[in-house]
Amino acid sequence: MAGPALTPREGDELPPLRIPVTRTLIVSGALASRDFQDVHHDAEAAREKGSPDIFMNILTTNGLVGRYITTWAGPRAVLRKVAIRLGAPNYPGDTMALSGRVTAVTPPPAGAPGSEGATVEVAVRGANRLGAHVTGTVTVTLPAAGPGEGEAA
Amino acid sequence: MSTDDGGNPATGTAVGASPGTERRPAGGLDGAAADDLFERLRGYEGRPAAAAAHGPDPVNTVMIRHWCEALGHPVPPDGSAPATMLQVWTMAGPAGGGTGRAGPYDELLRALDEAGYTSVVATDCEQEYLRPLRPGEEIGFDAVIESVSPRKTTKLGTGYFVTTRMEVRADSEPAGTHRFRILKYRPAHRPGAGQQVRDTETGGSKPQDTASPQGKPALGKPHDSRPQDAKPQAGRPLRPRPVVNRDNAGFWEGVARGELLHQRCDDCGTPRFPWLPGCNACGSPKWTPVASAGHGTVYSYVVMHHPPFPAFDPPYAVALIELDEGVRIVSNLTGVALDGIRIGMPVELEFLRVDDELVLPVFRAAAGGGA
Repeated sequence: MAGPALTPREGDELPPLRIPVTRTLIVSGALASRDFQDVHHDAEAAREKGSPDIFMNILTTNGLVGRYITTWAGPRAVLRKVAIRLGAPNYPGDTMALSGRVTAVTPPPAGAPGSEGATVEVAVRGANRLGAHVTGTVTVTLPAAGPGEGEAA
Repeated sequence: MSTDDGGNPATGTAVGASPGTERRPAGGLDGAAADDLFERLRGYEGRPAAAAAHGPDPVNTVMIRHWCEALGHPVPPDGSAPATMLQVWTMAGPAGGGTGRAGPYDELLRALDEAGYTSVVATDCEQEYLRPLRPGEEIGFDAVIESVSPRKTTKLGTGYFVTTRMEVRADSEPAGTHRFRILKYRPAHRPGAGQQVRDTETGGSKPQDTASPQGKPALGKPHDSRPQDAKPQAGRPLRPRPVVNRDNAGFWEGVARGELLHQRCDDCGTPRFPWLPGCNACGSPKWTPVASAGHGTVYSYVVMHHPPFPAFDPPYAVALIELDEGVRIVSNLTGVALDGIRIGMPVELEFLRVDDELVLPVFRAAAGGGA
């Protein structure tokens, strides 16, 4: 996915990203984030606790939101803030559709390094078939725009 | 300060997304006993959840690569850890690795367990990143119990929200903050089958795009690229149907013709809306329907974020529109960024086809009137 070709503008929508919520993603995401709670890898234990199946942990969701923004903004962008709220669980077999909309664009402050571009706030939503799994806000500083695209200082 | 094994100092005993709807009425612990519990729980506000704690491992390339592979996340080209791994470095793991767990947080969770609030879900995570974490750096952290909510009844059950705030250091330098909220709640009875949870959530709660009460920004993607459109669901809930009766049937017949009708009293001339059999001003039962020209202004509004309702897609704007003809109508506002809505901004009537059977009058920000 290409990064933002130009400095984004308020109201711009990010390309959507659909992530299949596989059992493998849930389990490997939980373990890679060092979350060993049984409800994230043991379906039997999850049912004992009243859940129909295992479900994604918040650290994985947080990481997937980071992935969505990082993939859009490019490897040189710097995440400043990620704030998420969880809603409907991500169960195996579902698909989470991530979408985002630019809600604020702030030019680099005076005295910022020349490599630093605008700081952008993005409202993110990840929906599965039950509704909104995650809603949140990400603040990311983009690298300075290429030649001819620079912000007036 | 005592140290207990297991779990993560920042997050207690579990870290997860809400495990679905667990329907359960508030049970026997309500009333005065529970209020006493809240008073007790509040006493933990401001006390440490972790003190001078250390992550079990330094930041390292193996965990970074493993995490990136699991999540499909690009590996940062400069070798640093992805920012959203912040909490990972603080996780104790099943053996309770790391040091510095503080007693009060365990006591708080235990008090909730003992009162029957034994289930836990993570609900919120707010992180700020001050600088990248690089391989080799040692992770240190302190965490405080920031707040405990009064008892709340949620879709999951009844319980208390507990918020902690953690300061994370890398090689003793401030590197980020991590605010985390969990809900400790009374577990539901075991569902006889997983089906029960799905039934209450209903498969496919996404509205069609046309049902979205939120206007599409002018710069938006084409409708068919909206992710929620991609999965048509047979059981998708529809917007609520209007209740049509003798008194208001004329209004809905007008909508069907593409007219927004209000009533004008034949005796005193006072316009009125919504439709009523008699005049508010003089009591006369005689009236004439009048079609609005469709121009008005925002008299007041709210932006709905929570709770979500089936077939609605928050956030969206609900506005009280004052029509130029002098009546006010509650409707949705479209075609404007939600933070660009202002009282007094001009709006224009349009009709939204919500589904095969339902058309609703809505209002769009008039040209030049919105952000």
